[in-house]
Amino acid sequence: MDSNMKRNLILDNYQNPVNRGIPKDNSYKKVNSKNESCVDNIDVAAKIVDGKIEDIKFDGDACAICTSASSVMTKELKGKTLKEAKAIIRNYQNMINELPYDEDSLGELNIYNEVYKQPSRKNCALLPMSSISKIIDSVE
Amino acid sequence: MLNREDFEILNDGLIYFDNAATTMKPRCVVDSIVEYYTKYTANAHRGDYDNSLRVDKKYEGVREKVKNFINADSVKEIIFTKGSTESFNMIIFGFMSVYLKKGDEVLLTKGEHASNVLPWLNLSKKIGFNIKYIELDENYRVTLDAVKKNISDKTKVISLAHITNAIGDVRPIEEIGKLCLENDILFVLDATQSIGHLKIDVKKYNISFMGFSAHKMLGPTGVGVLYGKEEILENLVPIEYGGGMNTAFSSDGYYEIKSLPARLEAGTRNIAGVIGMGSAIDYLTSVGMDKIHNYEMELKKYLINRMKSIPNIKLYNEDNDSGVLLFNVGNYFSQDVAIYLNQFKICIRAGNHCAKMLHEVICSSNTCRVSLYLYNNKEEIDKLVDALMNQDKILDTLV
Repeated sequence: MDSNMKRNLILDNYQNPVNRGIPKDNSYKKVNSKNESCVDNIDVAAKIVDGKIEDIKFDGDACAICTSASSVMTKELKGKTLKEAKAIIRNYQNMINELPYDEDSLGELNIYNEVYKQPSRKNCALLPMSSISKIIDSVE
Repeated sequence: MLNREDFEILNDGLIYFDNAATTMKPRCVVDSIVEYYTKYTANAHRGDYDNSLRVDKKYEGVREKVKNFINADSVKEIIFTKGSTESFNMIIFGFMSVYLKKGDEVLLTKGEHASNVLPWLNLSKKIGFNIKYIELDENYRVTLDAVKKNISDKTKVISLAHITNAIGDVRPIEEIGKLCLENDILFVLDATQSIGHLKIDVKKYNISFMGFSAHKMLGPTGVGVLYGKEEILENLVPIEYGGGMNTAFSSDGYYEIKSLPARLEAGTRNIAGVIGMGSAIDYLTSVGMDKIHNYEMELKKYLINRMKSIPNIKLYNEDNDSGVLLFNVGNYFSQDVAIYLNQFKICIRAGNHCAKMLHEVICSSNTCRVSLYLYNNKEEIDKLVDALMNQDKILDTLV
């Protein structure tokens, strides 16, 4: 995928994010994450039933990379088992941190494979994943 | 611009508009630090040889310079610290921890920097004094009426920034100082954002304690000043104990500590930093604080006029008498704008500027901030405006 296509997909997820809005429903576990190096501030909520992410939503005030990555993340993790989700999260984190990763497991998240070139953006891209990781850790 | 040639970091097209975060250093400041490290390195107050005596003279000479710069009464009132944060922690944990009692009131505002909020919050939990926030007006400013309204017979301290780093409003400190004098209230001033921009007179403003950092006034990082009126500072209990601050100690538990200012300067201080700060004070004095302020105001006026020509721009604090301007461009997130401007070597700050309670007052918690200083010029402002005119390019830097 060329840079232009990636940029367009990021922009689309930034301007028209999916799964935005946290439901007022106690069956969702919610975690807030703030980026220590900048001001991204997002909530992620997930409904986990029988070891599977049945639904996942996000909301918050964040930059284009963080907001769009949250949107794409919810698309990629919805319906996955916790085991599958953890593998995706690990691969994604490795991609951002320039470590070996399996791109086949990442789907649309591959559009962030050049974020490492802008170090100040790395934390923005990682923030939504740290939220869902906290939720998964809390149920396991 | 004033003296731009003294700042060689600006020679390669760097446009530095983040002066509220830190400032560039003129050659003379760097030279004074290099000279200490290459010509006469020694500890202060320790030796009987030439270099050590030269260090003493330089180090104590800076105390005299600071005293004159802020019009203090005595060099005993000037303590060298790591910077504003340490100064405020010393004031609050070394003095206020003894001075304040349960039920007393301390007045702050929601526009204060973290270092003038967090130590208070921490201590108030231990002692039980109350923190009240003076309401800001519609332009996020502190008015004298709002201060008066909040003063009660329980008010013991008012602790405010002279200029806030996020809003850039200049507080009416002379009048607030007078109110404090009339009501027997201690006045603590955070001069971090003003020390390099406005003339400060601690006596005229009736300041009890004050803190500032050298790096915001053309000096090096890691050094700053705690000022305290002598009779009050005498009661500030040292937080740090060790070399240089004691006169005697013995195994039976006896120890005796030195008089001011040495009592509050335990351990080897940042000698090179202090010398660099002295050089920065000389530099600012030679340019002239009034001249610096007037030039900044001229630039600010130009900045506002030019920024107003940008479509979808929102300016938050255009009426303030400082070189700080907050803005947002359309619905773009402030950090995206800052990263976009970086490709033109334009440095601005995005975020909440360490004043994290301010979003309770200002509608947008995240803003872009331009903060000016003497070496900025109109051509740089033109380049900023040109870049912001091409708003549709802001998100091109995503990949």
